[in-house]
Amino acid sequence: MGGRWRTASMAVAAFVLLVLAWELAKLVLPADGVSLGGTRVLPRTDDAAMPHVWTVIAQLGRPEVAVPGARPVGLAVAAAALFTLGLALGGLLLGAVLGAVLALVMLRFALVERATLPYVVASQTVPLIAIAPLVVGWGGRIAIGGWVWQPWASVMVISSYLAFFPVAVGMLRGLSSPAKADVELFHAMAASWWTTLRRLRLPASVPHLLPALRLAAAAAVVGAIVAEISTGTRGGIGRLIIEYAQSATGDPSRMYAAILGAAVLGLVAAGAVGLLDVGLRRYRGSVR
Amino acid sequence: MSRRPVPSRLSRRPLRAFAVAAAFAVSVAACSVTPEGGGAEAPAGGDAAAGGTQKVTLQLQWFVQGQFAGYLAAVDQGFYRDQGLDVEIKEGGVDIVPQTVLAQGQADYAIAWVPKALASREQGAGITDVAQIFQRSGTYQVSFADRGIASPADLRGKKVGNWGFGNEFELFAGMTGAGLTPASDVTLVQQQFDMQALLSGEIDAAQAMSYNEYAQVLEAQNPATGQLYQPSDFTVIDWNDVGTAMLQDAIWANTERLSDPAYQETTTKFIAASIKGWAYCRDNVESCRDIVVKAGSTLGASHQLWQVNEVNKLIWPATGGAGLIDQAAWDRTVQVARTAVNADGQTVLTQDPDAEAFSNEYVQKALDLLKADGVDVVGADYQPIEVTLNPGGA
Repeated sequence: MGGRWRTASMAVAAFVLLVLAWELAKLVLPADGVSLGGTRVLPRTDDAAMPHVWTVIAQLGRPEVAVPGARPVGLAVAAAALFTLGLALGGLLLGAVLGAVLALVMLRFALVERATLPYVVASQTVPLIAIAPLVVGWGGRIAIGGWVWQPWASVMVISSYLAFFPVAVGMLRGLSSPAKADVELFHAMAASWWTTLRRLRLPASVPHLLPALRLAAAAAVVGAIVAEISTGTRGGIGRLIIEYAQSATGDPSRMYAAILGAAVLGLVAAGAVGLLDVGLRRYRGSVR
Repeated sequence: MSRRPVPSRLSRRPLRAFAVAAAFAVSVAACSVTPEGGGAEAPAGGDAAAGGTQKVTLQLQWFVQGQFAGYLAAVDQGFYRDQGLDVEIKEGGVDIVPQTVLAQGQADYAIAWVPKALASREQGAGITDVAQIFQRSGTYQVSFADRGIASPADLRGKKVGNWGFGNEFELFAGMTGAGLTPASDVTLVQQQFDMQALLSGEIDAAQAMSYNEYAQVLEAQNPATGQLYQPSDFTVIDWNDVGTAMLQDAIWANTERLSDPAYQETTTKFIAASIKGWAYCRDNVESCRDIVVKAGSTLGASHQLWQVNEVNKLIWPATGGAGLIDQAAWDRTVQVARTAVNADGQTVLTQDPDAEAFSNEYVQKALDLLKADGVDVVGADYQPIEVTLNPGGA
């Protein structure tokens, strides 16, 4: 338990340090930034480019639009972050399932592994913004049992596109990680492929799967945010960042408030996977 | 000895998880694919006559904002419903190309700038301009007054910001017309969404829409005075005055479907209700601001009011009637699109668009419909309101 407290306090300390570094940069660096031979190597630090941390925090309490009944920015950011979190977790689940199934198929049929692994790797080199309009385009033509495709479903699919990769690779590695002697023992005892999978390979894959899921969670969040921006899906934090960025000429603090929300969202997603970590603790390093 | 005792250390949980995973995979695989337009659900069915409402989707080219106030007002005020249409407005995004969405059959109508839509048309998108809502261009080139950039010729040797992606051709045509070679006589800089590059002096002249970015600079604080920047602090090159303006927001319809009488009828009704929405926004600027805010725009309230007001100026007064495509303006747009060369040496179009690229047939019918209803579709005595911008547009 003490370890967890330390992790938490370190995280807080790191945040405080980041805030201090931000303010220090504003204090020390010239307002016009630092340029070397015409190329700016350090950003401008005036209030229009880097607002004070307290300006950003204060922004959270202001109404979003100056009309009666408008919600405060903080609430808008929280609601958007929650919406995106839902999509990212959905994308993570979808991606994890796809990745796991793919890993199992690749494990079972070596031919499939040889045939698909290069494409699995190649899939991640295709830029997300190139895929997003395609997914939206296909999605517009799909109806699942009477349920008509919604824009947020596109976001979830795009998010899972990033999330499946680490799971597929990590899980495949994990499934093939048991020592030869263990596999041979199972073989000698005439254990079926399924039994070997259930009793040996799956438990052995957990130590590989957990870090893979962490990567996947981060990827799913990034995927969801980028997909929202790209597809123009309303309600999420990615969209909110762009919306706020449009009015960043006079006062960029609102945009930074949204970016802050995105950062918190990433932490929460990582934390959610951390819980999984606790649940599967008994398998950690169980079979080497 | 085929069955070994279960090692107590290992639970059955992984199996169960796998079973769930497999079940999920099966259910995903069971998705059905509809042949065409799941979202746009064969809208031109023509059952409107039976008193039912007909689903129509409109794809915008950007997020909900004052630029689209007329359509939002037509929804809010029930103008579409009065025509028997149930209009769903789809917002744009960074990578959403409205004319492509329309050509792919996932929307019934789309709002797009003429040059960009014509470029898509040249590449095979079957779309037709059925109503030219914005009769004038809203694109400016803005610079600080002390830089002395009053005409395109003054851009020589300056750092000139532009958005690229097909939004820059009026600027390039203007510079070319003034005898400059854009690639060598000016320093071209790719611009961001915001106008900080102009305010910080990184670029000398920036592209700006009269209804959006120009307002943004007027909502920013001038460090020298402590007050907001004033219009007198800037010089604006208006491409309408230079003569290289291109047509912008228009309602585009699917060319192929226009041969279907039911879709033709829907098109007329849709245009009529849209123009009625714009007429409403001409006469009720503040109400339209509230409608836009209600529709979910988070841009500031005074900024939104400015935007609706500026957009009104692009539409009204509309000689001949709002939405009517002016042959001269169309020809100029095509001419600029064919001759202006951008930074990459490209023109928008390589050949003249064919006769189906635009049609005044439906907008004319729509105007007749509105005139019979007593709607003022010309706005001859239109006067813009005075908008005071607040810091940050709030």
